[in-house]
Amino acid sequence: MTSILAMFKAMLSSLRDLLPIIIVISFFQLVVLQQPLPDWGAILLGLLLVVIGLTFFIFGLEMGLFPIGESMARSFASKGSVVWLLIFAFCLGFGTTIAEPALTAVAAEAAEVAAEGGLISPDEEMLEQYANGLRLTVALSVGIAIMLGVIRILKGWPIHWMIISGYLLVMIMTWFAPPSIVGIAYDSGGVTTSTITVPLVTALGVGLASSIKGRNPMVDGFGLIAFASLTPMIFVMGYGMLVH
Amino acid sequence: MIDLSSVLSHFFDTLGSTVRDVLPIVIIIFGFQLAVLRRPVANWDKVVLGFVYVVLGLSLFLMGLELALFPLGESMAAQLTALDFLFESDEAIPAQVPWEEYYWVYLFSAAIGFSTTVAEPSLIAVAIKANQVSGGTIKVNGLRISVALGVSFGIALGSYRIVAGDPLHYYILAGYIVVVVQTYFAPKTIVPLAYDSGGVTTSTVTVPIVTALGLGLASTVPGRNPMLDGFGLIAFASLFPMITVMGYAQLSVWKGRKELD
Repeated sequence: MTSILAMFKAMLSSLRDLLPIIIVISFFQLVVLQQPLPDWGAILLGLLLVVIGLTFFIFGLEMGLFPIGESMARSFASKGSVVWLLIFAFCLGFGTTIAEPALTAVAAEAAEVAAEGGLISPDEEMLEQYANGLRLTVALSVGIAIMLGVIRILKGWPIHWMIISGYLLVMIMTWFAPPSIVGIAYDSGGVTTSTITVPLVTALGVGLASSIKGRNPMVDGFGLIAFASLTPMIFVMGYGMLVH
Repeated sequence: MIDLSSVLSHFFDTLGSTVRDVLPIVIIIFGFQLAVLRRPVANWDKVVLGFVYVVLGLSLFLMGLELALFPLGESMAAQLTALDFLFESDEAIPAQVPWEEYYWVYLFSAAIGFSTTVAEPSLIAVAIKANQVSGGTIKVNGLRISVALGVSFGIALGSYRIVAGDPLHYYILAGYIVVVVQTYFAPKTIVPLAYDSGGVTTSTVTVPIVTALGLGLASTVPGRNPMLDGFGLIAFASLFPMITVMGYAQLSVWKGRKELD
């Protein structure tokens, strides 16, 4: 009975999370565009699925993703093998990014931009090669980012110096990179981190920082995602400079 | 009317692609757990069930969004940016549309940026973790609302930039300078979380609608090229949450200090 009640409560709070979107979409549809809502049935069914889905996701987060991330962080810390931990960090970043659908879409679009700008020849093979190269570049950069972020947690380096130097590098490279790639490079930082990677990587960082003596989980545990959103910008601009 | 068999096949399609996305993660975790760490995880069965919940939940979530929100949100973005929405059919369309004419677009950008961010599952995850780690000092909803305000402002400003046709990197540079200055003044414990909040905001819910908005704007505003000017909204949406989260922390510190005095 209590678990049913908990589930019901969780669904209510998921519904509350969705309320803003429902209000915004209905307001613009009915008041601004002055059109009726099409297909009521599908919308209601969709909303019901979104609410149930979000509730399940949050349940699973606390049962599966958070515990496994933290337990692995603890195991690596007590095993004391830094090399394996770094390999794991790289694999996690690389493996989750290479398969990311949002990245595949952006890479394909970027290839078209490059062809339109006359940077590569607009034939099918060239486009695909360019898009794949870009995907590989971003995945590599996220792998390196998570690895670098883990090294930072181990060493206890302050994050802001690393991020600010990264920004500096981004700005310097903006000057030299082909203008058509700059917009894609800036956007690629945001699309890399998926809904399943974020909780896992966060739990890993927090778990590591809490099992290493002298580290504060708040100061040292967060920040992995920040690295994963910064390095793709640098690598994608680098890729653009190399290819042209 | 809703056709049950098509709904079911849609569900299995979504489930299939979610499983495909999760597979590399599962392989990496299992591989390292079995081959390198070689020690059992406490409550194995619970963790596996948790993964099943995550995959099932995410599939239902995505499918629901595709049924209810994405088509409407995307067509809305296209309609609001279209020139025949801005001008009556008998009005002459000027060669240069003044930027103020797009006020509904800015309002829509801000509203949709806020509301999609509040519903973003990965942000909920990070907020829950931050709340646990900070011992309750950081409120789950406080963090989510400050991030959402940042995205809201970012996307509205980004839409203005597309309409105005200004170069992207000047805006980003200015944003970075603000972030650097704030880093100096903000409480040390919030800085890493603030940096993280830039990356987590743009995910499942926000990206499709924001992309449609950027493309719609860049292809309808006279003089813009969708290939070159349509990008950049995601970059804005990842930059401004850092500023609002550090601002939120700074405000709470000031408030705390005032109460002490």
